[in-house]
Amino acid sequence: MHDLTDEEQQLYDMVCEFADTVVAPQAYEADRTHELSMDVVAQMGELGLFGLPFPEEVGGQGGDYMALCLAIEALARVDQSIAITLEAGVGLGAMPIYRHGTDEQKAEFLPDLVAGRALGGFGLTEPEAGSDAGATRTTAVLDGDEWVVNGSKQFITNSGTPITRFVTVTAVTGERTRPDGTVSKELSTIIVPNGTPGFTVGPGYDKSGWRASDTHPLTFDDVRVPAGNLLGERGRGFANFLRALDEGRIAIAALATGAAQGCLDEAMAYAKTRNVFGVPIASHQYIAFTIAGMQARVHTARLAWHDAARRADAGLPFKKEAAIAKLVSSDAAMLNARDATQIFGGMGFMNETTVARHYRDSKILEIGEGTNEVQLMVIARELGLAA
Amino acid sequence: MKIIVLVKEVPDTYGERKLDLETGLADRAASEPVLDEIGERALEVALAHADAHADTEVVVMSMAPESAATTIRKGLAMGAGSAVHIADPGLAAADLGLTARTLAAAIRRTGFDLVITGNLSTDGSGGVIPAMLAELLEVPNATALTSVEITDGSVSGTRDVDGGTMRVSAPLPAVVSITEALPDARFPNFKGIMAAKKKPFETVSAADLGIEPEDLSAAWSIMTAIAEKPPRTAGTKITDEGDGGTRIAEFLIENRLV
Repeated sequence: MHDLTDEEQQLYDMVCEFADTVVAPQAYEADRTHELSMDVVAQMGELGLFGLPFPEEVGGQGGDYMALCLAIEALARVDQSIAITLEAGVGLGAMPIYRHGTDEQKAEFLPDLVAGRALGGFGLTEPEAGSDAGATRTTAVLDGDEWVVNGSKQFITNSGTPITRFVTVTAVTGERTRPDGTVSKELSTIIVPNGTPGFTVGPGYDKSGWRASDTHPLTFDDVRVPAGNLLGERGRGFANFLRALDEGRIAIAALATGAAQGCLDEAMAYAKTRNVFGVPIASHQYIAFTIAGMQARVHTARLAWHDAARRADAGLPFKKEAAIAKLVSSDAAMLNARDATQIFGGMGFMNETTVARHYRDSKILEIGEGTNEVQLMVIARELGLAA
Repeated sequence: MKIIVLVKEVPDTYGERKLDLETGLADRAASEPVLDEIGERALEVALAHADAHADTEVVVMSMAPESAATTIRKGLAMGAGSAVHIADPGLAAADLGLTARTLAAAIRRTGFDLVITGNLSTDGSGGVIPAMLAELLEVPNATALTSVEITDGSVSGTRDVDGGTMRVSAPLPAVVSITEALPDARFPNFKGIMAAKKKPFETVSAADLGIEPEDLSAAWSIMTAIAEKPPRTAGTKITDEGDGGTRIAEFLIENRLV
């Protein structure tokens, strides 16, 4: 891509090399056993991937959001589970602490988070509250100098790994009356360290895709944490994670672009070597055109997320662009996964192939970080339509 | 301690490689240029020593076309302190002798305690540059090492030979070459990539080194003909009719493969 600086291109190439030599060889086994490789996570930490968008003063690599998303795309080509582990570790684990944490909170958590020695989860989704975060039921009540947290969360990424240090939980901490007289919930975010009595990490889900990604349901039963564990201002919980969600869409778009690229790479290699009726299938026009279409989708998806990431890094509004990038790139991933498995034929139905894994993994891209229906709603609203 | 590591830009080892039949040179446009893996391993030996010994200076050096600067810079991103790039159109078709003379002049100019190289590049596969350099620099040479230990005044290591292992050592300054038995190189991180921009990167010409590429007083190897590798022919197919094993054994013996 001509918009990348030399350094960005080198970063992308370097992470591709790491992905091909370290991540790809373990991807099938990790998927089969639903086991996140902590060895790979440690190597990603040593490589500085978890510190990409943070300044060197806090132990980061001094890059920006663009740099992080380039790394996520490069990893997702071969293993979406590893890519989402990085995306969530940075975007949902470290970034809220860096943005909203007190000096004490930063000193306690950031050094290990940016080095990949620790992970943090972000507990937003509940059985009754997903995109509609206002429906949150988990509560936190201040009792003396402690918060008492009660409720449950589901589908929380990186919440139960051996190195998970805490989960940042959104909880209702009261009510507030708007100027128009309506009453709404006051949402705040509270850091709950793993191992706190009453905080239970349930068994990992049996997911159809992203199976090596660490995802658990969480329950909070009279969990007491110090009042100082409030992250950011009381009542600003909603506002704080909105930016995280908008940024997250760009990262998911980068991840989806990587998936679409991975499908393209696999399909190309296979179509050139697989002979049917005496010629490589790539020389059949239908296959060639299919691959051409896959390439066009990858390119479009990449342009879309690059633009959204550049806007975010430049401090420009990027809500609409992030939603568009997420929409087109998740489509690209799903369609490319379908085309790639079709080109592979029977082999494409075997879980040992990368394309079969992409086929299962890509569906969540249309669901997570705001469903694609939500993206359409966001885009429509940004256009001024009453959607 | 000043260690010079020779690195080389080569066509992607895992990609398609093509020879330009007009010039006899590798077709650089045919595939992605990469840093030769064996050179990266040589750099890893130097960087590992530098990790443990703060007073170590690591210089990457390469004789390569101007366009190779980006690839050489990867050595800086990995952790080398500075780079010397010998770029001169006059050296484009340099044979092994001219290459060695040029590199030796550059090494002398930079100054060194130890030169580490790969034993064999993946493109030219000459394999004699390390020995030629040692000869021209008038220092000892330990080739094809499978392990390397560097101390203040000497370098030692092991070399695998048929049926055994040799221990070799040489006083510094010296030239050593290493094999693929040495560990994979580290990946550069983003901080390293950004830092590489600010590290000294010297580009020198043949004239800067007092080398005249057209000097015919030195011996030259002259390429008299070049041809494409013959296409692969169909293999021999042995259909098992009860005696398959015997026939395979016969085939292997006949072709001296066992």
